[in-house]
Amino acid sequence: MNTHPESAPVSSVTLNNIVKRFGTFTAVHKANLEIPEGAFVTLLGPSGCGKTTNLRMIAGLLDPSEGEILIGGKRVNDVPIHKRNLGIVFQNYALFPHKTVAENIAFGLKYRNVPKSDVARRVQEALDLVQLPDVGHRYPKELSGGQQQRIALARAIVIEPEVLLLDEPLSALDANLREDMRVELKRIQSKIGVTTVFVTHDQSEALAMSDKIVVMSAGRIEQVGTPEEVYNTPASEFVANFLGASNILAGACVTKDADAALLDVPLFGSVPVPADKAPAVTAGASAKLVLRAEKLVLMAPGSDTSGMVTAEAVVETVDYQGQTVRYFLRVGDRQLQAINMIDGRPFAEGQSVTAAFRPQDCAALASA
Amino acid sequence: MEGRFNMGWTLIRGWAVLVYIFMFLPVAVVVLLSFNASQFGNFPMTGFSFRWFVELAGNEAILRAFRTSIILGLLTALISTTLGVLASLALVRYRVPGANAISTLLIAPILVPEVVLAVALLLFLNFLGVNKSFGLLLAGHVIFTLPFVILVVQARLVSIKRDVEEAAMSLGASPVQTFFQITLPLMMPAVLAGGLFAFTISFDDITGTLFWKPGGVETVPTQIFAMLRNSISPEINALGTVMIVMTVGLPLLGAAIARAMARKSGT
Repeated sequence: MNTHPESAPVSSVTLNNIVKRFGTFTAVHKANLEIPEGAFVTLLGPSGCGKTTNLRMIAGLLDPSEGEILIGGKRVNDVPIHKRNLGIVFQNYALFPHKTVAENIAFGLKYRNVPKSDVARRVQEALDLVQLPDVGHRYPKELSGGQQQRIALARAIVIEPEVLLLDEPLSALDANLREDMRVELKRIQSKIGVTTVFVTHDQSEALAMSDKIVVMSAGRIEQVGTPEEVYNTPASEFVANFLGASNILAGACVTKDADAALLDVPLFGSVPVPADKAPAVTAGASAKLVLRAEKLVLMAPGSDTSGMVTAEAVVETVDYQGQTVRYFLRVGDRQLQAINMIDGRPFAEGQSVTAAFRPQDCAALASA
Repeated sequence: MEGRFNMGWTLIRGWAVLVYIFMFLPVAVVVLLSFNASQFGNFPMTGFSFRWFVELAGNEAILRAFRTSIILGLLTALISTTLGVLASLALVRYRVPGANAISTLLIAPILVPEVVLAVALLLFLNFLGVNKSFGLLLAGHVIFTLPFVILVVQARLVSIKRDVEEAAMSLGASPVQTFFQITLPLMMPAVLAGGLFAFTISFDDITGTLFWKPGGVETVPTQIFAMLRNSISPEINALGTVMIVMTVGLPLLGAAIARAMARKSGT
């Protein structure tokens, strides 16, 4: 732990052309991924997208059908799980029910020739780190779900793993606890600096915690980037829709220069999208405009819309969510979504409004 | 309305009591008469005495039968639980080709009438030209008790989550260490229960034993059976009482231990 940094090597993880098939079903198609030392990387996607399969292959719980896995630069395809020196935290904690909390945490130290005198001290340090210093003598079932997950984390990091693997560790907790644990998990991870691979289907967890997000869909990696990159510059329609709600408008790129790509889309007309948010778009080809629901603002007709692209719209549905409100709008022949902060009173269903957005808030995709 | 309803329940209760009396009175009579001081194993009792238990303890043939039964029961329990645990692990934790067929075959001895099983094994051994032996008797008992062990252990193993074992391996335990550190302790209540089943079934089995036992070897049930052919001696009542205490008491003891262990491990 933090008291012996020299004995805790931090390793990178590399996936080279990884393929995993189950019978005729291909769960992972040619995954290539570079996870740098000390990074917190999230595999994000809906269930069945292959994220857990990838994690289990890194762990050594599944063998890849093709390709190579490297940990710390060394090929580990043939290294069994118990020799990989990884810490894994499971969704359902997976604590040993017949052992006390202290015995659970000490379990991995038994196989690492840690002197007896050091075991008790390191167990206590781990308990202190997860802020449960006094539960060592208890059995797992005597702890709450959140406490059990902290113990599972302590058990995984006390062995000073080269890589920490987290398999949806927050999804078994209830909503309030999940927020606390999210902060706690991130605090502990940055304190010990271990390379971490986190699997989740929850976009807000991914955005809040990660250095890098790997968005997966149907066994393929859709995009790898920082939270800002995947959120603001989605590389595909899937990414745009999975991370928050987006409106996708199919149109064409008229011109493109170093500053902007000028898109012509239905309903709104010409939209100059900043060039760095339209990397794959080429002039003269068809393109799609990605307009995030929270960037589409409703205004009373006649408001000042200078610098914005506008269209006249009618509110169809109002979905009140407290701080924000979600509108479904009719614009021409299309239904669009807008998520706005509530400023005064929300617009009513059937009301005519001006829907507006700033072109620099949009991204553009090349049409497939 | 209410009255009729109550009367119905009274009748059902009365009937249940009669059924219990029918089932347990003979057992009670045996236990009671084992303490009878009289020469003859019948009523009226002439006085309370441990005389027949003392004589029992001095009867070489019975003591030998007892030793045989206990050794046979212990060996049966040991082999059955070992095989049963291994078979359950294979069937539950690994993908074995034809797992369903194997599972059915292993459970089948419960479904086949014991006489059929007994004769079949004997004929098979005859066909192979192997003589009756203690080993054959043991093999028969193992075949007959294995299904009980497998059923109990499999049920337990299914409820042990795979991720607990995966966690142990991720922490550095080899598959074998994981089995002894995690899986086996977690299924221990079922293993003990299966072993007790095997022991008690073996201990009071008579049908198969009569077919399989080599000449000169007697277990307690076959010894009682042999003694009954001559006369109903009060010693038999005493022996019956000992058998009842063992076959009823052991599973109760086992259940109590299993419950205590489960409470400790929180599962």
